[in-house]
Amino acid sequence: MSGSREATGVSHDGGPAPSGGVWQAGSATADPVVAADPTAPVTLGRRRRARGLSGLLRALLPPLAVGVGGLALWELVVKAGRVAPFILPAPSAIGEQFWLSREIIWQTGKASGANALVGLVAGALLGILAAMAASRFRLLGEASIPVAAALNALPIIALAPILNNMFESTSSIPRRMVVAIVVFFPVFVNTLRGLRQVDPTHRELMDSYAAGGWTFTRLVRLPGALPFVFTGLRQASSLAVIAAVVAEYFGGLQDGLGSRITSAAANTAYPRAWAFVVGACVLGLLFYAAALGLERLATPWRRSG
Amino acid sequence: MTAAVELTGVGKVFNPGRAGQVVALTGVDLTVESGQFVSLIGPSGCGKSTLLRLVADLVPPTEGTVTVAGKPARRARLDQEYGIAFQQAGLFDWRTVRRNVELPLELRGASRTERRERAGEMLDLVGLAEFAGHYPAQLSGGMQQRVAIARALAVHPPLLLMDEPFGALDEMTRERLQDELLRICARTGTSTIFVTHSIPEAVYLSDRVVVMSPRPGRITDVIEIDLGDRTEATRQSAGFFAGITKVRKALRGTPAPASTEVAAS
Repeated sequence: MSGSREATGVSHDGGPAPSGGVWQAGSATADPVVAADPTAPVTLGRRRRARGLSGLLRALLPPLAVGVGGLALWELVVKAGRVAPFILPAPSAIGEQFWLSREIIWQTGKASGANALVGLVAGALLGILAAMAASRFRLLGEASIPVAAALNALPIIALAPILNNMFESTSSIPRRMVVAIVVFFPVFVNTLRGLRQVDPTHRELMDSYAAGGWTFTRLVRLPGALPFVFTGLRQASSLAVIAAVVAEYFGGLQDGLGSRITSAAANTAYPRAWAFVVGACVLGLLFYAAALGLERLATPWRRSG
Repeated sequence: MTAAVELTGVGKVFNPGRAGQVVALTGVDLTVESGQFVSLIGPSGCGKSTLLRLVADLVPPTEGTVTVAGKPARRARLDQEYGIAFQQAGLFDWRTVRRNVELPLELRGASRTERRERAGEMLDLVGLAEFAGHYPAQLSGGMQQRVAIARALAVHPPLLLMDEPFGALDEMTRERLQDELLRICARTGTSTIFVTHSIPEAVYLSDRVVVMSPRPGRITDVIEIDLGDRTEATRQSAGFFAGITKVRKALRGTPAPASTEVAAS
């Protein structure tokens, strides 16, 4: 399982797997869309669009059936096998807790979402700016990859308590910093790769127009790199939520989903802990969907074909 | 009237004085009269593409002078005295067809309305007006190449430089685009330098075929072609085949050494 995930990351195109090192065991790298060539048109979306409503149903039905079937099987195993709820609660119990705690899930979800969003935007901006600088100055570009890799190898789990101690206990900054650091790497690596891939014909053409420097960057490099930027952003979007939630396990301000998961588990309220996990999962999906939607909007030439 | 292009004693050496030194061109004298269609033909490594890039001022000559529209090549490039098209259409995926054609005008600082108007006119010329709002990925290879030609002609340059623009197309599309190109050049009075591998293509299109040979790259023959107005019948005419034979003989007369690829063909 984890082997295939790593292969997914590496096969991206021979480069380093741009996934958050510490989160390798998480769900972020198991992303089939990410592994696809970012310059290729988003064919999945196009096909779905072309087939209309019935096509949409046909595309949604299999995953929906698998999901419902899986839940039913889970319920059956827990009920029939008399599995203790502290080992694995039944989906119905989790659902019940989710409904009972919906207010607090909403509140804490908003807090975690805000942390993830601020960190994501800051980390992504830094990553894009750093990639622009690294592609502009050759020496900086060569020096930056190992530095970025080292940053990526930083055990964020170990960093979180240190950052928490650096700020007041009422500050949201530590969690946001953790998110920003986690987000930086995939955005930086993908953007840099995009900025470096310039079609030689485009270069000669722009030379023939005597267009260089910033004009060249603005008209050729940046738009050409956009699909790569969004590949990085898509990876970063789920990572951001994971980082925002997990950072709370290590102290600091306790107003997000992570703190509720630990406290519920500490009180042996396992179905409630699971309910918050489901909340975090929904938040992660929301971020991913938002990144995907933004990509569609920003690169209209890739969905028409 | 000044010639469209004038090269005198032009030579080009890549990596001079280093291990990878390659004499790409030597002793090239060539004049392209205004309105003339000149093809450069020769085996790989004969320097025909390098010659085109010297005229375009994309690479500087090692010796000799290159004059375009009576100006030094560099000045001519800065003044956009030529349009250029390559084997790869090289369209920008993220721009619509119209905005691709508008690009050279945009870089020249043309106003929005002027750009719109000119792009429309150019797309009419290549018969793609109805595809103005499409993205390049939605077009076939031949259509993309026509957009590239429209883009090259957008600033109404007196000179058109083409580096195997139809090389990647199928034979049918190729012949159709050849006719279209001749029609456009006749209509606009544009002088053209056209690099190709194909003998029939060179003969059909050109007023003069410049035959080149490698190691070192040089001009070995210039063949005048006079087929009059090109029609359907031209491709079957005796004159056409005579031209092909002449060019083939000229190419044979300088047998290319089979081995060792030389740089930048």
